[in-house]
Amino acid sequence: MISFKSISLAVAISAATFSLAQSSALAQEGGHGPTPHMEKWSFAGMFGTYDKAQLQRGFRVYREVCSACHSLSRLRIGNLADEGGPGFSEGQVKALAAEYQIKDFNDKGEPIQRPGFPSDNFPKIFANEDAAAAVHGKAPPDLSVIAKARSYSRGFPFFLLDMLPGVAYQEHGPDYIHALLNGYTKPDDTKWNEYFPGNQIAMPKPLSDDQVDYTDGSPKTVEQYSRDVAAFLMWAAEPKLEERKRTGLNALIFLFIFAGLLYFTKKKIWADAH
Amino acid sequence: MSGPSTFVPKSALGRWFESRLPIMGLIHGSFVAYPTPRNLNYWWAFGAILSFMLVAQIITGIVLTMHYTPQVDLAFASVEHIMRDVNWGWFLRYAHSNGASMFFVAVYVHMFRGLYYGSYKAPREVLWILGVIIYLLMMATGFLGYTLPWGQMSFWGATVITNFFTAIPLVGDAVTTWLWGGYSVGNPTLNRFFALHYLLPFMIAGVVVLHVWALHVVGQNNPAGVEVKNVDRDTVPFTPYATIKDSFAVVCFMILYAWFIFYVPNYLGHADNYIEANPLSTPAHIVPEWYYLPFYAILRAIPSKLGGVTAMFGSIAILAFLPWLDTSRVRSASFRPMYRIFFWAFVLCCLGLGYLGAQPAEGGYIIAARLLTAFYFGFFIIILPLLGIFETPKPVPATIADAVLAKNGGAVMNPAE
Ligand code: HEC
Ligand code: HEM
Repeated sequence: MISFKSISLAVAISAATFSLAQSSALAQEGGHGPTPHMEKWSFAGMFGTYDKAQLQRGFRVYREVCSACHSLSRLRIGNLADEGGPGFSEGQVKALAAEYQIKDFNDKGEPIQRPGFPSDNFPKIFANEDAAAAVHGKAPPDLSVIAKARSYSRGFPFFLLDMLPGVAYQEHGPDYIHALLNGYTKPDDTKWNEYFPGNQIAMPKPLSDDQVDYTDGSPKTVEQYSRDVAAFLMWAAEPKLEERKRTGLNALIFLFIFAGLLYFTKKKIWADAH
Repeated sequence: MSGPSTFVPKSALGRWFESRLPIMGLIHGSFVAYPTPRNLNYWWAFGAILSFMLVAQIITGIVLTMHYTPQVDLAFASVEHIMRDVNWGWFLRYAHSNGASMFFVAVYVHMFRGLYYGSYKAPREVLWILGVIIYLLMMATGFLGYTLPWGQMSFWGATVITNFFTAIPLVGDAVTTWLWGGYSVGNPTLNRFFALHYLLPFMIAGVVVLHVWALHVVGQNNPAGVEVKNVDRDTVPFTPYATIKDSFAVVCFMILYAWFIFYVPNYLGHADNYIEANPLSTPAHIVPEWYYLPFYAILRAIPSKLGGVTAMFGSIAILAFLPWLDTSRVRSASFRPMYRIFFWAFVLCCLGLGYLGAQPAEGGYIIAARLLTAFYFGFFIIILPLLGIFETPKPVPATIADAVLAKNGGAVMNPAE
């Protein structure tokens, strides 16, 4: 019905327009910066799940390093004990919450600081963005959804492959964070970051080897820390990822069987119509 | 096609009711007895798929509304609340945001189907124009919905699009201020966008009823592009034939939909929309949702603002004139060798414009966008009118039954026999 000749002609026309567009645009921009390396993540792919030990290590890095500047205010402390998360126990989370000081009011209506409960959100660090920017030059962004709020362009045609079953790639965010934390490649320029857009970043290199104590024998290196904290931030941004992928599998199995049954019913019904 | 219904309810109560409001007969006539051409292929299933998507959007949307807050300081947080705390909230939101995309996938296939088989030609002009109106309402609904999560792209997308109206001579600024409910996109804007986003899908549903009504007056077109001549030989009853075929197609489409919801839910979105709206910080590239990209490319291809906005709206409005721009007597591209080439070139032109809409408006991208914009309009204004004169169509089968016969090389059996 659709002639091969007509398609190939049309393909040729548009391929010519495309390459014209791409080549001259590249010449204009003078090329791109480096793209983040694609790391291996336990939560990638159809059957991906979070690595609990990694999330716990990542939380440790966040708490001991990043939380000096970055809030995590859309999460409740108790989320750390949620199913599909780092798997801390109720008791651990209670003890942890009590270490935070939360702003509240007493029963006379006076402002007070009280120890936190698991139902409290992680406290804000600065009163507002201006206060944060005044201290750090630029406001450190809240990290609650940062792993979904950062991405990078994979360019044509790779961005098309990223949605396909089998090769689907959805981990742009954690790969970018991992690359960013390892991107301080000019020792004489502390603001230089290879992966940050524009390369001049207000965040001083946050991680160095042996900075955070790991008790499970994982290497105490910037490489490992950055990988762990990126995985933790992915969980923070997408806490229902495991439930989503599990449900998806059931849904797909159901739909495939249902489609199969409908197909054979359709064949039977139409058998006498042709 | 569908004359007065001969439907008689079985129960006495049913007959009592039917003689007062013949709604059962209407449904029976429209979805059971309704004769459908026997040679329809799966491109004709997209009407059913679109109906499914509209229902899916309305249901997920209403439940989302129960947890969503249309207020600039709370909207983003309420969407995060849906994602984190509401039972199945992540599913509702991903089903709704990806549902909008699937809706557009289906409508584009549906429209290109019409373009390929000449479904807009007499006597289906009104049917086609109602379709264009649905498409416009969908574009408005999708745009309004995209502002609701109040992320950076929501805010800046809304700012860019509403700014189009400033291009109207003399009253542009006043109109835009009126639309915003202030001097920039802000809380009043979000409130009214929410109200309209809730309203428009029901208007779509209303126009869909007219669309289906018009369809059932003139009957479906078909891959051969010839009218039904003999109902017994050329058609099969809607139920069970079309019902089962459409159900199968809808479930196949749901597999695609499920893949996006469960495995690549953010693929079609933009990362910047996970950053809360900030009127003081403009994103490096403001990109609309993918389904608007071809029109965005046309907008930016024209150097003047008013020209760009006119070209963009014109590129959609021109669809309504298609029945009169295409001068060929033959409907289906199967019998139009030259039209077929231009049709596929036009498909690629739209895909190309879509790609360019996502690129920065500079250098070679602009040149390519201009070339493709010229082709887009040329297709409608030059190619289609001339083709009808210069093209020699292949011989068209006399009846649908003949077309089926030629394809199967066998005899047409009547299922009723
Ligand atoms: C001394 C304060 C400080 C510490 C500690 C810190 N950051 Fe930052 N961070 C900043 C500032 C300031 C910015 C804003 C940078 C800019 O926009 O130039 C930032 C930005 C970021 C960004 C966003 C970059 C972008 O693309 O916009 C990420 C991601 C990030 N930090 C992650 C981390 C992680 C993970 C840690 C812990 C390992 C951490 N930061 C520790 C101050 C800090
Ligand atoms: C034609 C059908 C519809 C389309 C195409 C559509 C499209 C959209 C889109 C693109 C979004 C943004 C999603 C995101 O990025 O998060 C959205 C959000 C939303 N829509 Fe709709 N919608 C439709 C129908 C409805 C209906 C009928 C309702 C309510 C009755 C509704 C309520 C909402 C709400 C509350 C949101 C905000 C929550 C969110 O962002 O996830 N929608 N819609």
